[in-house]
Amino acid sequence: MTTLVPTDAPAPLTPSLLYLDGVTVSFDGFRALNALSLQIAPGEMRAIIGPNGAGKTTMMDVITGKTRPDTGEVLFDHGIDLTRLDEASIANLGIGRKFQKPTVFESHTVEDNILLALKGDRRARSVIVARTSQAEAQRIDEILEIAGLSAQRDRLAGLLSHGQKQWLEIGMLLAQDPKLLLVDEPVAGMTDAETEATAALLRRISAADHSVVVVEHDMAFVRALGVKVTCLHEGSVLAEGAIDTVSENPRVIEVYLGR
Amino acid sequence: MHRFTRIALLIAALAGGWLTGPATARAAPEDLAAGLALMAKDSFNDTAAGIDAIARSGAPHAAALIEALQDRRLLIGGSNQKIYYRDAAGSVRDAATNEVVAAPPADLSAARMNNRVRTAASAAMGALSLMNPDPARRIQAAQAVMKSRDETALPVLDAAIAAEKDATVRTELQLAWAAVTFVKKDATEAQRLEAIALLRNSGTRDALSILRTLPADTAGPAREAATSAISSIEQRLQLWGYVQNIWYGVSLGSVLLIAAIGLAITFGVMGVINMAHGEMVMLGAYSTFIVQEFFRGYAPGLFDYSLAIAIPLAFLVAGGVGVAIERGVIRHLYGRPLETLLATWGISLILQQAVRTTFGPTNREVGTPQFMSGAMEIGGLVITWNRLYIVIFAALIFVGLLLALRYTPLGLHMRAVTQNRRMASSMGIRTGRVDALTFGLGSGIAGLAGVALSQIDNVSPNLGQSYIIDSFLVVVFGGVGNLWGTLVGALSIGMANKLLEPYAGAVLGKIILLVAIIFFIQKRPRGLFALKGRAVEA
Amino acid sequence: MITRALLADDRTGKWFLAIVLGLAIVVPILHLAVPETSPFHISTATLALLGKYLCFALLALSLDLVWGYCGILSLGHGAFFALGGYAMGMYLMRQIGTRGVYAHPVLPDFMVFLNWKELPWYWYGFENAWFAFLMVMAVPGLLAFVFGWFAFRSRVTGVYLSIITQALTYALMLAFFRNDMGFGGNNGLTDFKDILGFPVQANTTRAALFAASAVALALGYLAARAIVSSRLGKVLVSIRDAESRTRFLGYRVEHYKTFVFTVSAIMAGVAGALYVPQVGIINPSEFLPANSIEVVIWVAVGGRGTLAGAALGAVLVNYAKTTFTTGLLAPYWLFALGALFVVTTIWLPKGILGKFNDLWERWRSSRAEKTETKPAPVPQLAE
Repeated sequence: MTTLVPTDAPAPLTPSLLYLDGVTVSFDGFRALNALSLQIAPGEMRAIIGPNGAGKTTMMDVITGKTRPDTGEVLFDHGIDLTRLDEASIANLGIGRKFQKPTVFESHTVEDNILLALKGDRRARSVIVARTSQAEAQRIDEILEIAGLSAQRDRLAGLLSHGQKQWLEIGMLLAQDPKLLLVDEPVAGMTDAETEATAALLRRISAADHSVVVVEHDMAFVRALGVKVTCLHEGSVLAEGAIDTVSENPRVIEVYLGR
Repeated sequence: MHRFTRIALLIAALAGGWLTGPATARAAPEDLAAGLALMAKDSFNDTAAGIDAIARSGAPHAAALIEALQDRRLLIGGSNQKIYYRDAAGSVRDAATNEVVAAPPADLSAARMNNRVRTAASAAMGALSLMNPDPARRIQAAQAVMKSRDETALPVLDAAIAAEKDATVRTELQLAWAAVTFVKKDATEAQRLEAIALLRNSGTRDALSILRTLPADTAGPAREAATSAISSIEQRLQLWGYVQNIWYGVSLGSVLLIAAIGLAITFGVMGVINMAHGEMVMLGAYSTFIVQEFFRGYAPGLFDYSLAIAIPLAFLVAGGVGVAIERGVIRHLYGRPLETLLATWGISLILQQAVRTTFGPTNREVGTPQFMSGAMEIGGLVITWNRLYIVIFAALIFVGLLLALRYTPLGLHMRAVTQNRRMASSMGIRTGRVDALTFGLGSGIAGLAGVALSQIDNVSPNLGQSYIIDSFLVVVFGGVGNLWGTLVGALSIGMANKLLEPYAGAVLGKIILLVAIIFFIQKRPRGLFALKGRAVEA
Repeated sequence: MITRALLADDRTGKWFLAIVLGLAIVVPILHLAVPETSPFHISTATLALLGKYLCFALLALSLDLVWGYCGILSLGHGAFFALGGYAMGMYLMRQIGTRGVYAHPVLPDFMVFLNWKELPWYWYGFENAWFAFLMVMAVPGLLAFVFGWFAFRSRVTGVYLSIITQALTYALMLAFFRNDMGFGGNNGLTDFKDILGFPVQANTTRAALFAASAVALALGYLAARAIVSSRLGKVLVSIRDAESRTRFLGYRVEHYKTFVFTVSAIMAGVAGALYVPQVGIINPSEFLPANSIEVVIWVAVGGRGTLAGAALGAVLVNYAKTTFTTGLLAPYWLFALGALFVVTTIWLPKGILGKFNDLWERWRSSRAEKTETKPAPVPQLAE
């Protein structure tokens, strides 16, 4: 094992929201995840770092049901086995995901994007008769305000700038009101001011008893978050701890800088 | 009994004459003269006796005379009582000298026939052929006896078997003997058993149908032996039937392979569904037609070599059209696979109609070179040469393509683009050029498929349409981006099609197959050999 | 009232419905009431032709619902159309009764000809109009539901889906060509006499069928409009544009797709059912994969994702086809159709109506921009 922190703890005694144990995924012989183990507590924010190909995105794919692990356990919220569920069920359990490349519904207006993301009944037979309620309208207003997109609400999302799309997607995450947010490189392409605002927003979300997992390359941003950091390498956890501890770890340095 | 004695004598004479060889051949011109004299009387009994004498005479044209009698071409001169016959060319010849008679008498009448004469004639003919110096003729004669199962031929057969030295001919003669003996009323038990054993060993469909005619009153060991022989032959035939079906499957599979492999390349590398692929096949077939027309007109002697020109030409024509389509239309539609599908469908309509206007809507005649006609037999398996050549052609294309993809720069670039277009592009690969050449290659191979298909299918403007759906199913079934997938897909679909056919019929078999593929795609939406990994995102 | 709510923001829709319903009234009058000598008279042939166009328009509309709004390119929609047509054809065959050539009270002529003794079980009930009309919707709907449920659950998408829909219609074509399927083999079903007790050939019946087609088209439009303007419609568009994103938001994409695919197949079935009595025949060539692909070009020409455009495209392309194929230009029709596929996909990807809407929007926004301009606001974060 390459982990410094013991992760071979048995079934979670501490109430963890997300629990990954021994997760392995291989694509045609290439091991994208190699016996990965990870726990996220309720309300915790965690930053995941690691060089390219460390398995960050695959890890998110496994949690959100896009990729099935070959072996290993993925449990959520008191023992729900995520490996048996599809993306939609996992999303409805309360796991939201923001993609590396902002993906919004380009031919919908900004408002409709938020509307579709709003927590609620997702069954087709309810959706077909759904009318926007007072409460929903209010919630949309709030989120648009937070995301700074109030003025853009009637524009098509496809016409937004890259940064605005990032914000829209964060807004959609808020609208989903998930228990766990998986955020992949949220500040790519953002200005410094926007980066800071994003950091503040994520902290605030986490403070409101949401767990957040942030995958990020930008070390300044990770530092600004000020949370526990997990460094992945070749599909397993290389180091875990405070940002300073991790960044001084010789193996982490070796992985990042090469020999 | 009288008749049999006569025939036995005849055989003895014949066998003696033939066995002692031409050098010592006992020419019996007196027999010929006597025979002809008997015939001139034109009474049934005398004619029959005359036949025997003529056959015995060993005259070179004895067979021609008896044949003429059978066909009512044997003529008797009313006034001079001489015998003539009309040969196949229509000229009248003197029966005694076999010379053409320039001015035959006016009062010729055909010799009369009845069943007795007919029987005598065919027995004599059989005997003459069974003793023919040419082994092929002897085999033919033996097979004719086997079909007719004429008891009167038995003595001749016995003699022929005794005299025969060629093992193949001997087998055939014995088989004929068995066929006759099996149905012969007064055959002894031992003879009948021997006949059954012989038929059983031959194992053919003919033997089977003879065995099935076992007389109802047969009992005891003969019946048992016959029943067991029937089931043994049935098993054998069933086995060969399977083998034959497998061959048909391989043959259809290789046709599907050449039709689909170009599609697999364009779909695999470029993600382009080319609905005009079938029309590329059609263009290849028409190129073959044009080349053959040229050869027919200018060098008919070299017709067998026309394929040597047709193959490269078909590749270039279809490939050229392919490159033009890619540069003219598909280039504008990358990343929009559904639109590409529609645009190429439009192109397919245009090409079909263009060919229809140029060459007419009907089938055009494409000839088969000499070396590709006919069939060969291995045991119970019949393999036609053209099918065999297509299987070989498909295998060559497949291997050639595998090597080309592995060892040529274009192959390397194509594989790079298949795996990661953006990365390939940033590595300095001119993806546009690779696309055009890939499309040209895929279309060119479709053209080659057209050459092959022109040998087994009708060359009409609709040729491509009949293969396009099957080709797509092969590609989808096999999975994209992997030639082996296409190979497995083509062979499995071809095989499944042909193995279902005997049970369900051609149409129902096809329907079952289509439904099966629809279900299969539910299980493996990306085909049998799908690429995996993060990069694969539809 | 619902209609009014639906059409509140739908300028094109108002026009569309007005025209279609107008035709439903005017055309039968011109056919029945205007004397044949008048230049305004509509002949029986023209009436049948127009009725056919309307059925095709409804078929195009149904395809636009799945392709334009949910990105499902079905190359087998002709199959649903034909199945609806066969259901109607079976009813019409049973109405012939003893007036057939063999005058058999129960069996249609082709069954007597094939020496069948009994009506196959799946022909039971088709003597009742209500049952047949139910089957017109139920058979295509059920097939689409089962097919869609399997395909969408397994996430067969894009060209793969297109190819298996094509395989589906191809398989059905082969099946219906078989005599022992009991649908008349390659001759299909024809020689109809009555529909609901009225002779199919009568001018009044023809006029009524035309009006029914127009009303069906209008209802189909309203149903499709209701779906696409609901929240479910927004989910459909989301699926079209970013399927996996929609899944990650918690929507069961396969349910949505199956739903819209089934609705669409039912619409196609109704179109086929109205088509059959007007053209007087249904045979297996309606299942030809090429027919289904042609429907796609109607939608593409008119404008995918515009509903009214799809109907418009169907009428335009078919009018062109009629004009071309009846004149000296007949050999060039396939050139024209082929070119239409190419030109539309490359230069007119949004179709006629889409292009028109774009121009209209541009004109409107250029006018709006003159009155107010807003700076793009920087996202602000309220603490």
